[in-house]
Formats: sequence, structure tokens, C-alpha cells
Amino acid sequence: MKARNIEGVTSPISAEDVAKVARLARLDIADSDITHFTEQLAKVMDHFRDVDALDLSAVQPMTQPYPLVNVLRADEEQPCLDRDEVLAAAPAAEDGRFRVPPIIGLVE
Amino acid sequence: MANIPTTAAGIADAVQSREVSATEVVEHHLNVIAQRDGDINAFNLVTSEHARAAALRIDNAIASGAAVGPLAGVPIAIKDNMCTRGIPTTCSSHILEGWKPPYDATVITTLGAAGAVMVGKTNLDEFAMGSSTENSAFGPTRNPLDTSRVPGGSSGGSAAAVAAGLAPVSLGSDTGGSIRQPAALCGVVGVKPTYGRVSRYGLVAFASSLDQIGPFATTVDDAALITEVIAGHDPKDSTSIPQPVPSLRAAAREGVQGMRIGRVTDLPEGAEPEVAARLNEAFAALESAGARIVDVTLPSLSYALTAYYLIAPAEASSNLARYDGVRYGMRTSAADTNAMYGATRAAGFGDEVKRRIMLGTYALSAGYYDAYYGKALKVRRLISDDFDRAYAQADVVLMPTSPMVAFPFGDKVDDPMSMYLCDIYTIPTNLAGHPAMSVPFGTGAHGLPVGVQVLAPALGEVAMFRVGGALEAAGGAR
Repeated sequence: MKARNIEGVTSPISAEDVAKVARLARLDIADSDITHFTEQLAKVMDHFRDVDALDLSAVQPMTQPYPLVNVLRADEEQPCLDRDEVLAAAPAAEDGRFRVPPIIGLVE
Repeated sequence: MANIPTTAAGIADAVQSREVSATEVVEHHLNVIAQRDGDINAFNLVTSEHARAAALRIDNAIASGAAVGPLAGVPIAIKDNMCTRGIPTTCSSHILEGWKPPYDATVITTLGAAGAVMVGKTNLDEFAMGSSTENSAFGPTRNPLDTSRVPGGSSGGSAAAVAAGLAPVSLGSDTGGSIRQPAALCGVVGVKPTYGRVSRYGLVAFASSLDQIGPFATTVDDAALITEVIAGHDPKDSTSIPQPVPSLRAAAREGVQGMRIGRVTDLPEGAEPEVAARLNEAFAALESAGARIVDVTLPSLSYALTAYYLIAPAEASSNLARYDGVRYGMRTSAADTNAMYGATRAAGFGDEVKRRIMLGTYALSAGYYDAYYGKALKVRRLISDDFDRAYAQADVVLMPTSPMVAFPFGDKVDDPMSMYLCDIYTIPTNLAGHPAMSVPFGTGAHGLPVGVQVLAPALGEVAMFRVGGALEAAGGAR
């Protein structure tokens, strides 16, 4: 686990990390808010140092309370959600489909 | 108007025996909501029209001699993160404001078939992330016992609705304590069943390996009644457990003769002295009711909070990726789709949701996955193994529900870590997937209620309700 240094204090997460993560998560965060979020997230990540000190090499990770098994239903036709009702809840729809702004071609 | 019973069981009996009509019961509760909810803000939406129509159907069925369900005419409040077809479901977030789901959650269908009457959708911390209901985009819910204090969270609206008599029972969801902690702070009973006992179909996902639906009630009997109705296998939820549901109401009356009650000798510190004192009195009460106290250790418990605050945000960051302004909810216009995603999510989510999405994205990102998320999953295993060893010696384990009584507004809202510490005693249960319930047991600082938490192994609801019933009988409940 990497430690970062901001303003003389070792922090588990830097402002650059937070800005990058916000981009990955498609969250527009103003530069002025990044500092605040970095301080708060660093406080939370700081608690991880306890766990980091544990030797967990022999422990199996647990992803679910119960072992996962495939759950399949019979391959029979069943009614699904009403298309018009679903599209009525969308911000924009057209010709039975979701409508979105242009996907490519406008990147500066 | 006839006297309206205060419990769900009492209402169901009175409606079926025609002492009161379902319509009278609903009108009474709509009146109480109109009088009191302006101060409390338990509801995001009161579904008066829907409730009146449902009550009329029950009354007509009874008049024609048709069979009605075990909850005939019982008003119920539903946390606003469970989908209700054609009725707004917001998760107390601007990003879903105005959204009307095209389907009902399984619990809504099940409750409707049992004759329950939904009276409204209750407030919560946005997407169930919080322990005070202060993170709601629609303003906080106030604790009915002291409106300068929080009701707990995230199911604060559901807890406050029952504590204030706005509804005899309600549903909440519990990912790290979101049913049990507000139940404790509002002085009501709150139950988180075993992971998989109650279908999650139609519950808006926060952390899918931890989320579970459960009831709030004023009595252990009512909590058992609602749990019996909503539990059971659902083919629409692939993590639903295909096991029959035992009689929990009978269990709650059975007593604790011969049971082994676990006392955790290495419990993480931090409980207020009055909370610790009530817990000791709970042990004494169970001992005099015929149970035996056995000491157990849960050495990995002190790491639970850290593991949870990596696992839950990691799952949340993935689950909440779906709110992108395309299929439902709000959209902030932008020149291209990628810019629209970022602007919509920035405008639609509150700060706590953003923090958790960023934390989770960080924990799952390249270079950090093994160091953070991978290690947290291993700690989860250690905690589960600890519980397995404890339950080899004890039938249930007793702990405080919340380290503190209801706290004033603004106390913790901008200090995430101090807010997260509210859940120190409730989180381990979610990590293990076990059931646990909070039962009111006397009062603490400022005369505010204290909850004692009964934890049991997976599918151990019978043992849990036996102890819950005994604690209530011992006089802890108000």
C-alpha cells in the first residue's frame, strides 16, 4: 500500500488520486471540493493501517455470506416489463428507444 | 370512531372480527400523520389515495365473506428505497426524484397479498448511506422522542413513523445497521433477518452482499408477525434462501429456559456507560429467566468497521453506476454523453454518496484492488470464523445495538469517521450474513431509549426471537 505525502503529512490518498477516482466514477467534482473530499477520505483510509498490519496470507477471501451457486430458471417465455412504462420513466426516449446526447465526435 | 388497537396483530384481529373497519384504521393513521409528520418528516410521500382504495378492498372482501390475509387492514410504512409500481421511489436522492418504478418489489407484492395497507414511503439517508437520516436530499427526519435529535439511520423515517404512531409497523433495509440502530435510537423493535431470508427483488441495491429487508414494530410479536409474512424463497432473487420460515411468533413466547447467551469479553469499547449498564441488566434478566451466560471472544471484531467501509463502498460504486441519466431519474444536459454522465451524477448525488462512490472506486482501482478490497474480503472471513466459534458455545450473542443514544443534529454529519462509528456493533452481523434484532431495554443519557442487540447464527431467527421476547417480557421495552 502506497503512502502519499501532502503538506508534510503522510496521507493514504492524495488530491490527484481523488481527482482521478472522480473521473473514473463519472463524477464532476469542482477543484475546490477535491481538497475537502481528500481530507475526509484520507481519514477513513487511515483506519486501514490496522488491517494492513495483519498477516492474511493464509485466509480465503469471503465475497458472499453463502457459497455462490448458479440459480437458473426454466427456459420458458415469461412476461417482461412493459416497454412504454419503462421508457416513460427515462429522461428522453424516441421511437421505442432511450435517447442520449452524441457519444463521439465532440471531445475537445 | 372505535378504538384502534396500537399493534399490527391487534389491528388484524379487530378488522377480521369486524370490531373496526380497515377504512377506519387507515383514516385514523392518516389523521395522525397529518397532525404529527410536519414536525417529524418521517414520510417522503403519504399514499393516502392508494391506502384508502386498499382498505376499501379489504372491507369489501370481509363484507362478502371472502378470506383475507394475516395483515388485513394493517397500515405499513415502506422505506423509500423499495420499488412501488407507479408510485414515486426516490431513495431520498435528487437523482431519482420523480421516478415511478415499472414494477413492485417482492415484499410489496407479499404484503399486499397479506392484506397490509401501505400508507407511505419513508425518508432515509440518501441511498441508505448514513446513520442519522441527515443525508436525505429532502431534509432530515426528526426523532419523535426529542425533535432536536436524529432518529438514527439510514431507515430513520421508518423507525420514527412507528415510534410516533404514524403506522404500527414499517419496513426498513439494513446494510450495516440501518434497521437496528434507528430502532434503538427511537425506542422500537427492529429486525435484520438472515441474508437471503427476505427477497431483495425491488430493493434498490446499495451493497448487494450485505443488504437485507426487515421490519420495525412496537412489540416483538409484531416484528415476528411481519418477518413471517415477508420471509421466504423468491425465484426472482438468486441469493434468496430456499428454506421454510419457522413460526417466530411462537418462538417469541417460548422463553429462554436452558439457552446459552454469549457475552463478548473482548467487545470493542466505546459504548456510553448507561448503554453498557443496560446490557449488563439484560444479561441478568435472561439469567433469572433460566438462561445461562457463557463468555465468548470475537477477536477480529475490531477490524469489522474498516473492512465494511471498503466492501460496502466498493459494491456501492458498482451498483450506483446505473444512475447515469439514461434510463431513469434526472439528467443534466451536456454536449456529449460522457459529459452528461459526469454532470448528471454531480448534480444528482449528495456528498456522502459521492464520498462512498469515490472510496469504492479507489478500493477497486488497478494497483489497489488486492491491497484494499482483497484484504477487506479476508477480514470478512476472519469475522465470520469468529462467529462460528462463538456459536459453537452460545445460542445467541448479546451486544449493545448503538454505542450511544440519539444524538443532536449536526453532531457528526461532516465527520464521516465519527458517523461510521455509530455502526461498530451492527456491522459484523452484515459481514457474516447473520440475523440480529434490537429490542428496547430501558433508557440512557437524557432519558433516551437504549437498544439491546440479539445476534444469532445464519437461519437462527427462532433463537433470536426467543431471546428478544424474553427481553421484552423482562420489562426493558417501553
